[in-house]
Amino acid sequence: MRMTYREALRTALTEALSADPRVFLMGEDVGRYGGAYAASKGLLEQFGPDRVRDTPLSESAFVGAGIGAALGGMRPIVEVMTVNFSLLALDQVVNSAATLRHMSGGQLSVPLVVRMATGGGRQVAAQHSHSLEGWYAHVPGIRVVAPATAHDARWMLPAALREPDPVFIFEHAMLYPEEGEVGEEPGPLPLFAAAIRRPGRDVTVIAHGGSVGKALAAAEQLATEGIEAEVLDLRSLRPLDDATILESVRRCHRAVVVDEGWRSGSLSAEIASRISEGAFFELDAPVARVCSAEVPIPYPKHLEDTALPQPDGICAAVRGVLQPAQAAGAKA
Amino acid sequence: MGEFRMPTLGADMVAGTLTEWYKHPGDVVNRGDIIAAVDTDKGSIDVEVFEDGVLERVVVEEGQKVPVGTLLAVIGSGAGAPAPAAAPSPPAAAAQVPPPTPPSAAAPAAPSPSAAPTAAPLPPAHGVRASPLARRLAADLRVDLTGITGSGPGGAIVKEDVEAAAARGGGDRSARMRRAIAAAMAKSNREIPHFYLATTIDLGAASAWLAQWNAAHPPAERLLPAVLLLKATALALLEFPELNARWEQESLQPAAEVHIGMVTSLRGGGLVIPAVHQVNRRTLPELMREVRELVQRARSGTLRSSDLTDGTVTVTSLGDRGADAVFGVIYPPQTALIGFGTPAERPWVVAGQVVPRQVVTASLAADHRASDGHRGGMFLATIARLLQQPEGL
Repeated sequence: MRMTYREALRTALTEALSADPRVFLMGEDVGRYGGAYAASKGLLEQFGPDRVRDTPLSESAFVGAGIGAALGGMRPIVEVMTVNFSLLALDQVVNSAATLRHMSGGQLSVPLVVRMATGGGRQVAAQHSHSLEGWYAHVPGIRVVAPATAHDARWMLPAALREPDPVFIFEHAMLYPEEGEVGEEPGPLPLFAAAIRRPGRDVTVIAHGGSVGKALAAAEQLATEGIEAEVLDLRSLRPLDDATILESVRRCHRAVVVDEGWRSGSLSAEIASRISEGAFFELDAPVARVCSAEVPIPYPKHLEDTALPQPDGICAAVRGVLQPAQAAGAKA
Repeated sequence: MGEFRMPTLGADMVAGTLTEWYKHPGDVVNRGDIIAAVDTDKGSIDVEVFEDGVLERVVVEEGQKVPVGTLLAVIGSGAGAPAPAAAPSPPAAAAQVPPPTPPSAAAPAAPSPSAAPTAAPLPPAHGVRASPLARRLAADLRVDLTGITGSGPGGAIVKEDVEAAAARGGGDRSARMRRAIAAAMAKSNREIPHFYLATTIDLGAASAWLAQWNAAHPPAERLLPAVLLLKATALALLEFPELNARWEQESLQPAAEVHIGMVTSLRGGGLVIPAVHQVNRRTLPELMREVRELVQRARSGTLRSSDLTDGTVTVTSLGDRGADAVFGVIYPPQTALIGFGTPAERPWVVAGQVVPRQVVTASLAADHRASDGHRGGMFLATIARLLQQPEGL
């Protein structure tokens, strides 16, 4: 069935609230306003104010309340408006959510799901546009996933609710209106597995979330030049699916990592490093990266577009790791 | 004014690639200095200069493949102004080898603000810029990376380049060496009328003397039986100059010195024949040292041009490989190849008694154009006689 990413999320939330009385949704404007991105539109009317709760503008308080509820046996879904705002709750995440199982010797469990928007492209300037999911992926004790398709938006949430530990779901803000095919079943892929979105043989382009579509667009363009790029959607940022990443790189012998985060100390750095650790002797070129410019994401459209990874830049990076063996178009 | 030309580093060599200049215009050079490296089918060879002077001008640049005899550089007294540049002038008869076309500069990728800045090319590791995959593949396929033009980022050799080289067979050093050996040996058996003689030599006296010597000297100065065989062979050759000679243009050209080419098998397969110089004039410890160094150079691929070109005769020694005798193929244009089988203890008759004795079978493969069986038999008998007085070697 075709639906938007937003509708897929709403379907998943509706199902979760219907299926399990322990599940409730809370966050800024999730109730009366229907969610900053309208993911929860109509849910307050359907499930009432006990199950769909508007919170004060205090990320630390409502994420902390979510952790407490999870410890108390509930299955809270906490929505944070953007990853930029979530930094106010980092103490709760890093010092409580991620540590309690460990510090209690396994007696405590925090089955919390936190959803938030990430990424740029909407001209909402430097305090609403960053891609900081890589920071979360740094933290042991939590899980981090990034649905890039409507199908994953629909099915990652129920899988996350089944996890005994905190799961953070990063929804790229540009994806909400994107339409895609949503299957009836989650499919064979586990929550923490990467997916090959387009098979290829010349280079592995690794992306997640909002960059997957850009990588696919780049692959489409490259195909007209005779370059077959394989597009790998990470899906899970923590844990990383090393096996799928390395298998693809060992086959294609070249890799380009696309990451909307800043380059220095980024998730892309981690992935490139794992590739050189695990597939060094299969590499035919240095691993290339396409990341956001190391600036606060600008407000003007032309500057914002320039600061973010774009299909043209991905194409250029791919040609760079193939130059000039393939890119000249002279290859049979 | 001297001319430094592409040397013949083997009877069948028609061309070589100048891979590196160790000296540069203006540098003082002395006879015996290694001034360039040349890549041949048999490996990378350091080439020496044969006169004193100043390297005035380099005619062939690094990376160029040129026929044997091509002028590589001009050696001058250092007094005159550098001569005007001239194109490499191969001898008219030599086969023309087109110089490799330099790879055209790759168009830089369109700059992209979001793409990682392209790192400046790193200095190549071990002189070759190749991807990890290309290096691994080259090792698996036994392809030599030097001489392959890279088509990858920054001109790096990538997988496809190695595969293409392997398909051509051009980069495979061991295959090239095999072809070089094949050419020389086929030429030899085609053109040289060989005759073969063998005799078994009593090594009793030599073994006893050697045991005594080695017991009296520290390990570094101990001798192997091979040097006694080399020295005895060299001294015997002085009495049979037709076996230490070249057969060229229908005539025998005896050599002035005895430089024995020693067949050396390489661990990766194939063989080289580096020469031990002036064997007849050296003491046994000197010979031992030179043999040891030569084998090491051969196995590490750092032979000099004189090591490979100066041999006047060849000795092949099977050492401990287990065969009793060897009947070899002469390395043209030489006129003889002397072989030694594996020394072994055998029943031997001494003064009417059968006793166990260390013996070795010495053999001669000789060019019947240059010598006859009568002389050959006397030659082997001379070696046998010399080995009965090892203290005189």
